Amino acid sequence: MFEVNKENFEVEVTNYTEKPVFVDFWGDKCERCKELMPDVHALEEKYGDKIKFCSLNTSENRRLAIAQRVLGLPTMIMYVNGEKVEVLTPDKINSVEDIENMIKKFCK
Amino acid sequence: MKGSEKMNHVYDIIIIGGGPAGLSAGLYGSRSKLDVLVIEKEKFGGQAATTAELENYPGSIENCTGPALSERMKKQAEEFGTTFAKDEILDVDFTGEIKIIKGRKEEYHAKTVIIATGAEYRLAGFKNEKELRGRGVSYCATCDADFFEGLDVAVIGGGDSAITEALHLTKYAETVTIIHRRDTLRAAKSLQEKAFNHPKIKFIWDTVVEEAKGDEILESLVIKNIKTGETSELLVNGVFVFVGLDPKSEIFKGKVLMDEKGYIITDRNMKTNVEGVFAAGDVTQKSLRQVITAAADGAIAAISAEEYINEKFEK
Ligand SMILES: Cc1cc2nc3c(=O)[nH]c(=O)nc-3n(C[C@H](O)[C@H](O)[C@H](O)COP(=O)(O)OP(=O)(O)OC[C@H]3O[C@@H](n4cnc5c(N)ncnc54)[C@H](O)[C@@H]3O)c2cc1C
Repeated sequence: MFEVNKENFEVEVTNYTEKPVFVDFWGDKCERCKELMPDVHALEEKYGDKIKFCSLNTSENRRLAIAQRVLGLPTMIMYVNGEKVEVLTPDKINSVEDIENMIKKFCK
Repeated sequence: MKGSEKMNHVYDIIIIGGGPAGLSAGLYGSRSKLDVLVIEKEKFGGQAATTAELENYPGSIENCTGPALSERMKKQAEEFGTTFAKDEILDVDFTGEIKIIKGRKEEYHAKTVIIATGAEYRLAGFKNEKELRGRGVSYCATCDADFFEGLDVAVIGGGDSAITEALHLTKYAETVTIIHRRDTLRAAKSLQEKAFNHPKIKFIWDTVVEEAKGDEILESLVIKNIKTGETSELLVNGVFVFVGLDPKSEIFKGKVLMDEKGYIITDRNMKTNVEGVFAAGDVTQKSLRQVITAAADGAIAAISAEEYINEKFEK
């Protein structure tokens, strides 16, 4: 997965238009995020040709996360043409299927 | 074991829930050489895995964080041969001699069942609580505290959990405001003292939260003093809610006896009113809901289950 941060976020996410961008917001202390990581990698194998997969370590990019209106982990966001189009907050992520369902919607 | 083999397999004990009660039952059951499965839907350790400081569990002086203690409990059960499954139980059939447990992924069979599904935080009930959940409204300080480094947070509640978690939050947040609907705390005296003396902690008494406000993420709380009726706005980036618990027992309604709040009623040996079905931990009717009492219940339930199996199945 492509690691985005405060330096490259604009280029890789907000100004990126080739395909929809999926960003996995995680953090050093978020066990649940780490548990989900292998599953998210598997989703990238499956949908990577249609969606760009990125991850963002909020522990190192907290201001950026808050600017993206993220205040809980894990949060998964889809961007299309730089616009935030769908957000999964922690309470909406019970299993990897919830993430896959969101991703599928943008796989046209 | 493959899926199909698991389906036909009859366990001695199936434990639903992998919190302290379930893990302790697993340890005692497998130490008695029984064939034990613990089924957990989310995270082994349950609520205990969500708290940073567990300073009142005997022997947990060193490395006493909730996640660390939970991990040790699981490992200990595993070493005695407890098996584990990740699945969410959706329905149960306790009517036959062999109990049937239906999960999201699989169906399981056992001679005995120990219900250890614990409890779950209660919502505070203010406007936008659900909408801003995971966007500044949190129920787990250990999970989310580091996000609030240098920011201002509020804690709702006045019990042990609220004060413990408020103290934990001071390691990260700039200020921690405890909002409590009464004018005294319920928390243990030693915790109260620590909180009163902490430079980062402030108290707002006799007050409830009416609404959370913010554009996508929490920005402020509308609070109301219940004695004067006065409302005001408190600017915070996060609010942590610790206002009590509800039992996680819906799937057992009508199948075992419970009280009007949904807590399962057991005798001193953790037997429910149904033969071969036991309950342990926070999901049961009792006066002290803690890790130590959950672990004790689990141990008793496992030994009761063993006695039942010896009488019923091995004559
Ligand atoms: C913030 C906080 C701080 C605390 N601090 C302390 C402390 O300092 N000291 C102390 O002693 N206690 C503390 N407690 C209380 C303590 O954590 C609980 O009393 C204890 O965890 C209860 O254990 P349990 O196994 O009965 O239930 P739980 O810990 O609630 O575990 C139940 C488990 O069952 C699982 N489950 C539920 N339904 C299903 C289903 N249908 N299928 C599969 N799995 C299911 C749940 O996911 C959960 O993991 C604290 C609790 C909280 C929330």
